[in-house]
Amino acid sequence: MLSRTASNLYWIGRYMERAEFVTRLVEATIRLSSLTRGEPSDMAWRSALTVTGGAPIFEATGGSLGAFNARRFLTMSEDNPGSIRSCLAAARDNARASRNTIPREAWEAINRAWFNIRDRASPGGTQATLNLVDRLQAEIRGFEGALARMLRNEAYWFMRLGSVIERGDNTARLLDVKYYLLLPAGEEVGGTLDRDQWTTILQTVSARTAYRLIYRRALQPWLIADLLIYRHELPRSLVASAEETVELLAELGRRTGRQGEADRLARRRLAGLEQGTIDSLFHEGLHESLRRLIRENAAIDQAIAQQFRFG
Amino acid sequence: MAAKAAFDELWGASRGKAARPGLEALATWLGDTPPGEFDRRQQAAETAFRTLGITFNVYGDDEAAERIIPFDIVPRIFTDREWARLSAGLEQRVRAINAFIEDVYGPRRILADGVVPADIVLGNPQFCVAVAGARPPHGVYAHICGIDLVRTGPEDFHVLEDNARTPSGVSYMLENREAMLRLCPELFDILPVRPVDSYPELLRDTLHSVAPPGARDPRGVLLTPGHYNSAFYEHSFLADNMGIELVEGSDLEVDDDIVWMRTIEGRVRVDVIYRRIDDDFLDPLVFRRDSMLGVPGLMAAYLAGNVTLANAPGTGIADDKAIYSYMPEIVRYYTGEEVKLPNVETWRCREPEALRYTLDNLDKLVVKLVDGSGGYGMLVGPTASKNEIERFRAALEAEPHRYIAQPTLALSTVPTLTDSGLAPRHVDFRPFVLTGADGVTIVPGGLTRVALREGSLVVNSSQGGGTKDSFVLAPGKEPA
Repeated sequence: MLSRTASNLYWIGRYMERAEFVTRLVEATIRLSSLTRGEPSDMAWRSALTVTGGAPIFEATGGSLGAFNARRFLTMSEDNPGSIRSCLAAARDNARASRNTIPREAWEAINRAWFNIRDRASPGGTQATLNLVDRLQAEIRGFEGALARMLRNEAYWFMRLGSVIERGDNTARLLDVKYYLLLPAGEEVGGTLDRDQWTTILQTVSARTAYRLIYRRALQPWLIADLLIYRHELPRSLVASAEETVELLAELGRRTGRQGEADRLARRRLAGLEQGTIDSLFHEGLHESLRRLIRENAAIDQAIAQQFRFG
Repeated sequence: MAAKAAFDELWGASRGKAARPGLEALATWLGDTPPGEFDRRQQAAETAFRTLGITFNVYGDDEAAERIIPFDIVPRIFTDREWARLSAGLEQRVRAINAFIEDVYGPRRILADGVVPADIVLGNPQFCVAVAGARPPHGVYAHICGIDLVRTGPEDFHVLEDNARTPSGVSYMLENREAMLRLCPELFDILPVRPVDSYPELLRDTLHSVAPPGARDPRGVLLTPGHYNSAFYEHSFLADNMGIELVEGSDLEVDDDIVWMRTIEGRVRVDVIYRRIDDDFLDPLVFRRDSMLGVPGLMAAYLAGNVTLANAPGTGIADDKAIYSYMPEIVRYYTGEEVKLPNVETWRCREPEALRYTLDNLDKLVVKLVDGSGGYGMLVGPTASKNEIERFRAALEAEPHRYIAQPTLALSTVPTLTDSGLAPRHVDFRPFVLTGADGVTIVPGGLTRVALREGSLVVNSSQGGGTKDSFVLAPGKEPA
């Protein structure tokens, strides 16, 4: 496989995963701000912008931080490289350049998602935005379904690799931004607001049911952190992403005869996560640990680009 | 405006009363299908094409503008007998084209014998000095030719252009068939349509057959200018269906006159390059220095015989419209036969008398640049404004050698779905002719282009034309 193609595929995986994450984040934040009692909704949106890393860009646009502006910035904005629209445009551009290596169904799903958002000037009201992200999620599920049915070859592994690297980043960021909610400090912890906030976290990684099935008890902050970091059963957990990264690199290594720094870093990260516990993590400091995990993930991303000569 | 009453390929001269022999089934189908049903299927086709991204970028439009070429679901049909005649004529012509190119870059007998004036070849911008004296494997230069044909009567086919550089459109032939099979499956029950889907395989075999001698299990690649090119969809479609790598210039490197491609496993040697990049951009060391699309050193590798380029550099000489006007003589010279598919009458404006005639009749003629393509730089006299005509007059007087003129032909029509129901629209036809080590192969089909505006004769996709499927019928059973 051409190095350029491998790079395109990897980034299709990353951008589609990112687009999906932002749709969930928008959906969860809309729910949260409609539930919020007492706290103004722009707090919820501010934290959503922070999760995506788009807060500084948003401030530079000079727009006021209302719910509508934030929704528009996260879904449609061409100024925001992390908006759903920008992610889908980038995924589609890469897919067009490597049309012949991805299944037709996968291309069609990317294309349909793009057409859903391309000609819209505005995300519309709350309900219209929910409808839009709903449709986009359906198309992205179509993309993931096409991948699931794909021949297990380099094209598949690189797209999946992009997805799991992106996922490791997104889940860690989500937890990091919300970490103060998970660190019981004030009197009001455990109140309604917090429960709504915690629910938002779970909803963003579609893990509400998973939590109930695994822990069978009321929402507890450290269990939410445990679920999102240490539980293999949850596909979006950090440990599941770390494990899949190791496996995908091993598959690519077997097929191409190339193993190297990326494999080593990925194995080291997985070992660290498998030995860790939520207690030791809170001990180290949740925020510090998550920042470290985000850095490790970025280092693996760099090593992958070098190992396969993305150039 | 259509000139004289045009020949309709379905109805002949019967004005919609009776189909021509062999096409009755289509007429019945057209009559029996409710108009609303046509519209519904037409919509379904366009949606499918849009979703699949079968698009065409139009130069001059916004870079990101991807248009789909309008597709018309009423097929254009050739009977078995018509096809036999056509394919014999195409084979003869393409053999002559290859012999001519081999000659002008080799012994130049045809110039010494005075059949074609030497200056028109050697002074031609399409004449590629860099490859003079280099003979590619099996002496094949134009591996893929797209020959544009027009029809003016039941037995009257003419060649309008020979596309011997990087002809495009074959993906539409294949996708249009796919669409017809999906949308109008019943047509294939009532008509014995010959399949076209072997084309990608035949193309791959053709390319591998001309690999450099000594290349065992040759590796072919398709070289594209990239995904902003207007024909990129076709490039990826063909690479995909041939099972070969789709590469850009930056994926290839030349080392010691050998071409390699950069892969995740290291570099891999390349033997045959189906290039969809014009000569000018192939190699910045030999042609345009500012080209980022090609591969530095590629021509050296080609001239060293280490890689085959298809089509070969320099085939543009056979693509030139001034050379086109000599094709009947060229065919006779190399095959010893009379040309089976005649040219359209052509005035070479480089000749004073032809220029005078052209200038006197600009309002009746079609004037073309000798090296133009895609309908760019063309005057259609009968529909042109006074301003346009005067612009061309000035251009002709300044550089007459750059132009040819042809009569406005009454192109044949085929029933086409329009806003006001079925109506005749003018068509042309581009079949694709493959030449490899073992001779010439022609898939029974091609690209039918249709001018969608009433009376219009301009069928080019870049000028808003559409396409149709082209059915070639298998020999019919004798009526009982």
